[in-house]
Order: sequence, then C-alpha cells, then structure tokens
Amino acid sequence: MKVWKYGDDINTDMLFPGKYTYTCSTPEEIKPHLLEDLDPSFAANVKKGDVILAGKNFGCGSSREQPVVGLKAVGIKAVIAESFARIFYRAAINQGLLLIESPDAVKAYHEGDTVEINAEAGEIRIAGNVFSFPKLPKEILAIQEAGGLLNYTRLKLQKKKK
Amino acid sequence: MKPMPMTFAEKILARYGGEKETVPGQIVTVHPDHLLTHDNTAAIIQKIQPELEKHGVYSQTLPIIVIDHVVPAASEKTATNHQRIRQFVKKHHIKHFFDVGEGVCHQVVVEKGFALPGKLILGSDSHTCSYGAVGAFSSGIDRTEAAALLLTGETWLKVPQSIKIILDGLLPSGVYAKDVILHIIGDISSSGATYCSVEYHGEVNQFSIDDRFTIANMGVEMGAKNSVFFTDAITTTYLNSLGVKPSAYTPVSPDDEAHYMKTLTYDLSEVVPMVACPHTVDNVKPAAELENVDIQQCLIGTCTNGRLSDFEIAANILKGKKISPDVRLLILPASKTILQKALEKGFIKTIVDAGGIVLPPGCGPCLGAHQGILAPGERCLSTANRNFKGRMGSKEAEIYLASPATVAASALYGRITNPLEEIKQ
Repeated sequence: MKVWKYGDDINTDMLFPGKYTYTCSTPEEIKPHLLEDLDPSFAANVKKGDVILAGKNFGCGSSREQPVVGLKAVGIKAVIAESFARIFYRAAINQGLLLIESPDAVKAYHEGDTVEINAEAGEIRIAGNVFSFPKLPKEILAIQEAGGLLNYTRLKLQKKKK
Repeated sequence: MKPMPMTFAEKILARYGGEKETVPGQIVTVHPDHLLTHDNTAAIIQKIQPELEKHGVYSQTLPIIVIDHVVPAASEKTATNHQRIRQFVKKHHIKHFFDVGEGVCHQVVVEKGFALPGKLILGSDSHTCSYGAVGAFSSGIDRTEAAALLLTGETWLKVPQSIKIILDGLLPSGVYAKDVILHIIGDISSSGATYCSVEYHGEVNQFSIDDRFTIANMGVEMGAKNSVFFTDAITTTYLNSLGVKPSAYTPVSPDDEAHYMKTLTYDLSEVVPMVACPHTVDNVKPAAELENVDIQQCLIGTCTNGRLSDFEIAANILKGKKISPDVRLLILPASKTILQKALEKGFIKTIVDAGGIVLPPGCGPCLGAHQGILAPGERCLSTANRNFKGRMGSKEAEIYLASPATVAASALYGRITNPLEEIKQ
C-alpha cells in the first residue's frame, strides 16, 4: 500500500485537467489523466488500496466530479487531509469515496510510515499512533451505505413507486 | 416562542428545510427552486438513462439548462454532447433551456429573472454562488447530485457557519469591485471561508448589481458555500428592469443578534488595483508592483466581469488608442443581451477599433476549452475568476487575474499596468 503525499490547496485542475472536462466522463476515460499536472507518476502507478495524504483545502476549485470518480475508480482507499473544499467533499460522499479530515494524522506522518485505516472504528493508525475521526451524520451515512447517491436515489424512487 | 436570531443561511435553510430555526452543522432536506446545469447536462443524464426512462424528470420547471462552456461546439464530441442535451430537453419538455450564444449560465440565470431574493438555487458549477448578488442563496454541487435532483427534486444541505464582511468607506476612482474581492481573498486566503456563508454588510449601496455579481461570483475562490448581498433599492430597481415585480419574491435578511463565526471589516478607501498572480487566486499583489511583467494575451469578460459596465470601463481606457502589437485582446461578453447593449452603446466598436477580438458569449477560454489557449511561456491577464496552473492551456503558461480597467490598460502596453496611471493621462 503506497501513500501519495501532497501539500496544500490541491485544486481540481491539478487532480484532473479542465481541458478534458467535456471530453472525458467515464472512469476509463478519466483514469489516465488523474493528477496529470501534479504528479505524472500517479496514473500509471496507483494501485487499489493506496492512500492519499494532503494538507489543507484539498479538492478546491471546480465542481467537476472527474477527480472523485477517478480516485474511486483506481481504488484509493481514502484521502486523509487537513481540510477539504466543500464541493469536493460532497462529491466524495456522492461517489462513496472515503474522505477523512484529520490535521493531526497528516502532521504526524513521515515518509515511509505505515498508514492503516479502520473506517468502522473511525481510526487511523500511523506508525503506532492512533487518530480518531468522527462518524458521518446519519443522513449522509445512509448515502454512503447505499453505495453512493445514485444507488440511494434509485432505492428511494423504487420505494415511491410501490 | 420566537425563533432565536439567525443569519441569512440559517433562515433560508430553515425556510426550505421546513424548520422553525436551524443551527450550523444541522442537516436539512430541501427542494431548491431551480437546478442549473450546462454542457455537463449530457454527462449528467447519461448516468440516469434507465431511471429517466422509468420515472421521467421530477419537474419540467426545476432545471435551467444553458449551453455555454464550449460554444459553438469545438469538436465532434462536444457537438454530440450538445445534440444529446437538445434531445433530452425536447423529450422531457424542459421549460428553461438556453442554447449556444445565449450567454454564460450564471448571467442567463440572473438576467432572465430566475435568481431572486430569498430563493434557493443549486447548480452543477462552482460559480453558482454568483446569485447572491441579487439576494438568493445559491451554491455549487457536482454532476451526480444534479442527476439525483433531476429525478427527485430534493437533496440535503448542511447549515454553514456564517462570516460577516463589513465594507466601509468609498472605493477610490479607478478601483473596482474586482479589486475589492481580490483584496479580500488575498487577506482571507483561498480556504479562509471554507464551508461558510459569506454576508456583505456596510456601505454596499455604492455597488451596482454588476459589482455585486463580480464579488459574489468569486466567493467560491475563498471556499465559501454561498455569498450574499441583501435586497435594497438597487436590487429592486434591477429586478423591476427585468419585469420582475416585488410580489414575486420574499427577501431574507439576517437578524441583528445573529451569531457569526467571524466578522471582518475592510476600509474600501485603502483598496488599490490588485492582481492575482500564478497559480492561486489568493496570491495577490498590487498591480503597481507588477509593471515589468509582460503579457501576450488579455481577456475581458466571463461570468466574473463580462457585463456592460465592464465593457464601458474598458472602452473608456481604449478609446482612440491601439493595443500593443504583441497582445491578443479577447472580449467575452457574458450574454447576448450584454453584447447587444454594448454594440448599441458603441463599446464593442471602440474595443475592436483598438484591436480587440470579440468571442461568442460563453466560457471558452476561461477553462481552456477552446478559443484563446496559451502556449508554453505565455502569460494571460484575465478578468476571469481562476488562475490555476494549466487552466488555459499549457502547464508552462501563466494566468494573472485583474479588473477590466487593469486588463484594458495593460493591453495597451503589453505589460501589467496600474490603471490609475493610465486613467490619469
């Protein structure tokens, strides 16, 4: 499991170039361009179960959801950051991508440390130290538990029809 | 029992959430008045084809769809996108559809009278926060959420904390709303208002609707959920001019005793022409400190500064002069209506005589979609709202952001120029 570490203000153009916004929409189209302008080694080398660690304001900028869809599609287990931009945070909930806001965990990490995440228990373990993170509010947990917003919506529509 | 004192956001979300009162952190379920989508509508409906077949859209009047991001279509792919959107509009009898050339979505939403005081509008575009200029609560969401809204008409919103920004004093001549918002973002940082509702108080009656649009538009660049100016005579006069009567809306104002996470005060008499430097919007410096920075492209327009008053300011600076031969000056009106008025007033002729190039009302160059892409090593001075690395083309290009006055003055000399120097002459 690799930890990809980045700094502050990682914006949506760094995560997925704006020029592809209206030509790449499916996960297969998005994956090759992920983090293209930030870290050219990411797309080719990211593996399922990897984790991203970042500073403050991760995901700031556009409401384009390709960054979240792409990170989910390549199997990123979680993004742990000091803070997240608002629209990115919503998009992650809607796709079922785990975002953890934990400035302490990010500050405690050193290159080479192991990072373990126990989402059920709300805990991150970095080189022996444990950092807790709060559970999502129940309305939002319902979306995550349904497997993302579209699944949640489909279930809601099915219930309505009956 | 009277509800406790509330901010604008707390009141709006109480109203739409069916609650007597709300507090920050609370989650409410809301039915927004409108959902804005644009060229991304094709991708949005692609996600929910089976559901659309089975259930149809929740409402024919909830969506506002504007084709604006790549106009006219720049490739077969974008043309097919647009075609799919038109097919969807026709099939589901979507009432509010605006095709290529009508303008940038945010300008269209406001000038067609959809954004009104006290209304709640969500949009699959981060600059949906713009409609706070006319007292609406408006905020950006992603495509998946827009898809869900098309089907169900409802979503969840978390009640934000609120920040009160008090604007005191008078803006000096030659200094504009864009300089104010760049000054604020430079001070507060690009995450300084993350998740917050930003309210503008104080001497705001010196700001026209165009000015308020510029300021509200850039709220997302400091992380804000929404930005708002409260309804006053300027708002009602503007809405009257659109044919919207006061009976069509119920303005919302915060209570005097409402609690704010923080209160910031700015003395506008101290603001100077500002420029956001590569590659973040909060990397601001006074234009006067950048006068040795040469530029190859200038852009006046976009949803941030593509209005009649912006082109008037630019035309006054460019009148009778020619821009530097080393500069391409692109003009991007925010709507067809604005273009028509600017033509009638002679602003477009003046700017074209000076060397300006008029582009179709739309977003194009702002996000590097087409029209005005930059080569490696080039610099663009733009009135847009974002200067992230690579946004307008090459990763080795640079984008600087400024007011229309600063951009027009700079186009004359091929380098960043303090407009106060140019206006003095």
